[in-house]
Amino acid sequence: MTRFALILALAAPLPVLAGEIGPHAVTYDEYGAIEEPLTDRPGDPEAGVVVMTTRGDGNCIACHRVAALEEYPFHGEVGPPLDGVAAYRSAAELRGIVANAKQMFPGTVMPAFYKSEGFTRPGDGFTGEAATEPLPPLLTAQQIEDVVAFLMTLTE
Amino acid sequence: MTTRTVAALALAGLLAAPAWAEDAEERLLVNDEIEITLRAPAPEHLDGALPEIVSGWVYRSPETQDLQRDDFDNPGILYVDQAREVWNAALGSEGKSCASCHDDPESMRGVRPVYPKWDEAKGELQSLEMQINECLTDQMGAEAWGWDSDDMKNMTALLASVSRGMPIDVAIDGPVQDIWERGREMYYTRYGQLELSCASCHEQNYGNLIRADHLSQGHTNGFPVYRFSTTALVSQHNRFRGCIRDTRAETFAIGSDDLLALELYVASRGNGLSVEGPAVRH
Ligand code: HEC
Ligand code: HEC
Repeated sequence: MTRFALILALAAPLPVLAGEIGPHAVTYDEYGAIEEPLTDRPGDPEAGVVVMTTRGDGNCIACHRVAALEEYPFHGEVGPPLDGVAAYRSAAELRGIVANAKQMFPGTVMPAFYKSEGFTRPGDGFTGEAATEPLPPLLTAQQIEDVVAFLMTLTE
Repeated sequence: MTTRTVAALALAGLLAAPAWAEDAEERLLVNDEIEITLRAPAPEHLDGALPEIVSGWVYRSPETQDLQRDDFDNPGILYVDQAREVWNAALGSEGKSCASCHDDPESMRGVRPVYPKWDEAKGELQSLEMQINECLTDQMGAEAWGWDSDDMKNMTALLASVSRGMPIDVAIDGPVQDIWERGREMYYTRYGQLELSCASCHEQNYGNLIRADHLSQGHTNGFPVYRFSTTALVSQHNRFRGCIRDTRAETFAIGSDDLLALELYVASRGNGLSVEGPAVRH
């Protein structure tokens, strides 16, 4: 019985903080947008900059050019430049794209930052060792909100 | 401004163009004698996945590129020279050296382009590493070398160097077809928490920057490569492992059947490019 309980505990979904929507509970609309914020604390654009530019975090600039983040080195070209993205995308769309861009762009190269299972040979970070799902998503709910808050400042 | 100055300026602009841009002047003539094929028609079995195949050399900085033009500048050649000494050394209980059976290393010209290759007697696909170990253990009575050991990387670098300029030409049909298909499946599998396949980077995004790196088509014709980041020779399997690890995936073991299948498939994507090893990379 104890062993059974342990197995159940291991297979249980990741713990979710109060006031947060966990990766499993997120609802995407038919276009891949997420209307409801993932946390009840508003996103902080400055914290979003840290996520966008930090290698262990979102590292978004590894693939995207962002003129407003010019002071940080090494912007990639794998994704489109994000300048002015808030002029044609809503917060709900941006939240959906960051959480799981494959909902809006099927087959896209962009990783899903708020997803915890369904991976092929999931690894433990960059160690090359195996990891057991569910994995902690690449970004926390709050980090997603912070990134969305920063993207919403990119109006031109 | 005279037309001549305009022309000169335009020319200067052209010369300053990034090396990966379409550039009629791009040419790699090693030691002023070995012509390297930098672009070749895509092999038929790629079914149009690439418009042409391009050597990884093309995507490197001019400074890195220049180091491959002359063996005096290529840090990888140091290891080739070390392997030349081992080539002539009696290693195992039989008192034989590589030279006892094969004369000089130049007699190995033509070997590197066709590996990995089916071994009829053993009934298995063999990489160059496996063939070298077969000689060591079965012919010379010596210990096998580790896949990623210095001795092994040096020797594969020597064997590559004597075939430089020859087109990669691995067979993909007959007894190896199933293995080749397994390799192709791996190439297009989106591994790890980042869900990226080899194709995500090297087929869909070659020529693009990812962080500070210019993505190439990920060919293996330059292996083993000398890398500045590790200041050492790097084997193909080691490179594959690193690329898979970077997708936040569980990697495969060096020397595993999985990476051997991938080695065959990736080699076949480069059929037609020249052997360049030891190439210089950052
Ligand atoms: C490995 C590459 C990669 C990474 C890392 C990446 N993206 Fe993307 N992103 C893409 C690609 C490719 C697209 C284009 C979508 C498609 O495939 O059509 C895209 C699209 C987008 C779009 C939609 C732009 C538009 O025109 O609608 C936004 C917004 C975006 N990314 C934000 C981010 C943020 C924020 C991060 C980090 C938290 C990030 N991306 C990380 C590759 C990446
Ligand atoms: C997240 C991006 C990414 C993925 C996915 C990826 N690679 Fe790479 N790979 C790189 C980068 C960056 C380099 C260094 C620059 C270059 O040569 O492209 C590289 C280099 C290589 C090289 C060396 C090429 C040379 O000329 O020296 C080979 C071979 C290679 N990759 C094979 C693979 C294979 C096989 C896979 C899949 C199992 C793979 N890569 C997946 C990013 C990636």
